[in-house]
Amino acid sequence: MKKYHMLGLFSNFDEAFTAISDIRHYKVPGVSVDDVTLISPIEHPEIEEVLGERTSHVPKFTLMGALFGSTAGFIFLAAAQANFTVQPQGGKPVIAIPSNIVLSYEMLIMAAVLCTVTGFLLGARLLRRRKSLYSENVGVDQVGIEMEVEEKYLEPLKELFREHKVLEIREEVAK
Amino acid sequence: MPTRDIDEDIKWAQINKDVLRSMENPRMGYWIAIAVSLTLLSFAVGAEIYQYNVGMGPSNLNWPHMWDLYIATFIFWIGMSHSGTLLSAILHIIQADWRKPIYRFAEAMTTFTLMTAGLFPVIHLGRLWNMYWVLPYFSDRGIWPNFRSPLVWDAFAISTYLTSSALFLFIGMIPDLSICRDNTRGWRKKLYTVLSLGWRGDDRQWRNFRKTYMLMACFLIPLAVSVHSIVSADFAMSIMPGWHVTTFPPYFVAGALYSGCAAIITLFILLRYFFRFEQYMTMPILDKTCKLTFAIAMVWTYLNLIEFSSIWYGHDEVGKELLLAKFNGPYSPYFWAMLFLGSVMPFTLAFEKIRNNIPALFVISLLLNVGMWLERWMIVTPTLSLSYHPFAFDVMWPSWVQWFIVLGSFGWFGLLFLVFVKIVPSVSMYEVKEMIFHRRHLANKDIASVMHRRATDDGSMATETPGN
Repeated sequence: MKKYHMLGLFSNFDEAFTAISDIRHYKVPGVSVDDVTLISPIEHPEIEEVLGERTSHVPKFTLMGALFGSTAGFIFLAAAQANFTVQPQGGKPVIAIPSNIVLSYEMLIMAAVLCTVTGFLLGARLLRRRKSLYSENVGVDQVGIEMEVEEKYLEPLKELFREHKVLEIREEVAK
Repeated sequence: MPTRDIDEDIKWAQINKDVLRSMENPRMGYWIAIAVSLTLLSFAVGAEIYQYNVGMGPSNLNWPHMWDLYIATFIFWIGMSHSGTLLSAILHIIQADWRKPIYRFAEAMTTFTLMTAGLFPVIHLGRLWNMYWVLPYFSDRGIWPNFRSPLVWDAFAISTYLTSSALFLFIGMIPDLSICRDNTRGWRKKLYTVLSLGWRGDDRQWRNFRKTYMLMACFLIPLAVSVHSIVSADFAMSIMPGWHVTTFPPYFVAGALYSGCAAIITLFILLRYFFRFEQYMTMPILDKTCKLTFAIAMVWTYLNLIEFSSIWYGHDEVGKELLLAKFNGPYSPYFWAMLFLGSVMPFTLAFEKIRNNIPALFVISLLLNVGMWLERWMIVTPTLSLSYHPFAFDVMWPSWVQWFIVLGSFGWFGLLFLVFVKIVPSVSMYEVKEMIFHRRHLANKDIASVMHRRATDDGSMATETPGN
């Protein structure tokens, strides 16, 4: 069965959300709200109430980065200071805890921020070639619903979009 | 003077159009500012080349005055960087939506002030090529920097802050860069295509974007506080009179926020004029920034009084002597000017008439920053001129080389900033749209009822909103 990518463009969130609500209530059989990707110029504050809970793994990256930064930072400093044993310390400890806490704190933040950004790039699937169905109007004021559907559901879905005053429908065969 | 807030009925397409147009067609003042920045920068480059060739002698930096304008200006620029953190991160977390049209340039200011500040320790070192010794790199000789020194903490803190704030600025720009990509041609389109990283605004991207931005904001706040506390440790960890003060970290942080806010007012007024942003950088936003500046100025004044009184009532005779010398010694005109500009001048911001007068505000914001620069100079130099030992008493005035390099740093910052605001939208388009959307959303209950529809609702139009 041939599959299609479809993008419906709506003039506002209102129209797009009512269309998604109909999809949620199976007005088009074989099409689920989990298949919906909403493309919008801003993030709607209640988007999760419309699309349902969708998770982001960025905080896990942040946590890993923070743990790595603080522990590896401290170990790095301590290892470097251990090299000082050949030098006279003047009675001071080889591994200075107060200053290492300050520096580990900075390394915690550095690693956490870098991991957060990495998590974002991976989680948001950036640094990839954009799909050809993209519309520049989404960056202006239109709201898009993008789905991948089987050929037999294409027409019913278009009909549903038209019911909700869709401005434009674009489609292409999924590769 | 128009005092209207941002127009809530403005079309989103109009926002894109206005902001994108600003990047192509600034007023003549913009080009004059570029010329002034270039001129100032050329002074600094000339002075630095001279100092590099001849050595540190022409700067007048000699024992006991090992630190002078270079270090004072370094602290000044580091301090100014805190504005971006305040306006962007703190106000983002507390959801103050008025920050949205102006946070982009404040964040850019943070990044560029740090880049400017970072030059000063290098210039001050004289032997520029040895600057990397402060970094903990793996050396064949097994030599490491002294991790107990606050100067090494500085290197760690500032490099972390620069990396984090640059990433914070960049991440926040991605949605706008995609708008630029969709609306430009030629080299600009290629540039924005690379920089926007393939952003298209789908719900997955927005979801991760929000989380990332919030998490980075949460890290930037303690980072900003730690950076300026560490810079203050350069002084407070020493035993010099006037520097060995426990209130230095909060004093430095308050001073940093103060000069940052004053600089935001200056740049707000300039950008509003250069790019015709009257509709977005509105007077109510400027009014709020002025009130914020006034509040922080009062915190700074209070911390000054605390410092004076703790020295006065303490038993450190040398510290007391130094405090008196600041009030009536050779540097006293500058010290009094600092007190006047830093503590008295902000009271002008308490008057609504002045807060609505843009030329007056422009001058006041510049004077506040002159005061804050003097503050840093008055921290560094008087202590070195009047230390513990009479044989080390010495009054020193900076040479023209130091002055030129300090002036040139303003040119360097100005140039970086002006080029940035010409290439990247200085008003965040998507955030302004969000701000308008939220305000309309709250105002219009019919829209709200649709927007708040639950996933569990049936297909009919919902009439309930959460909380009702």
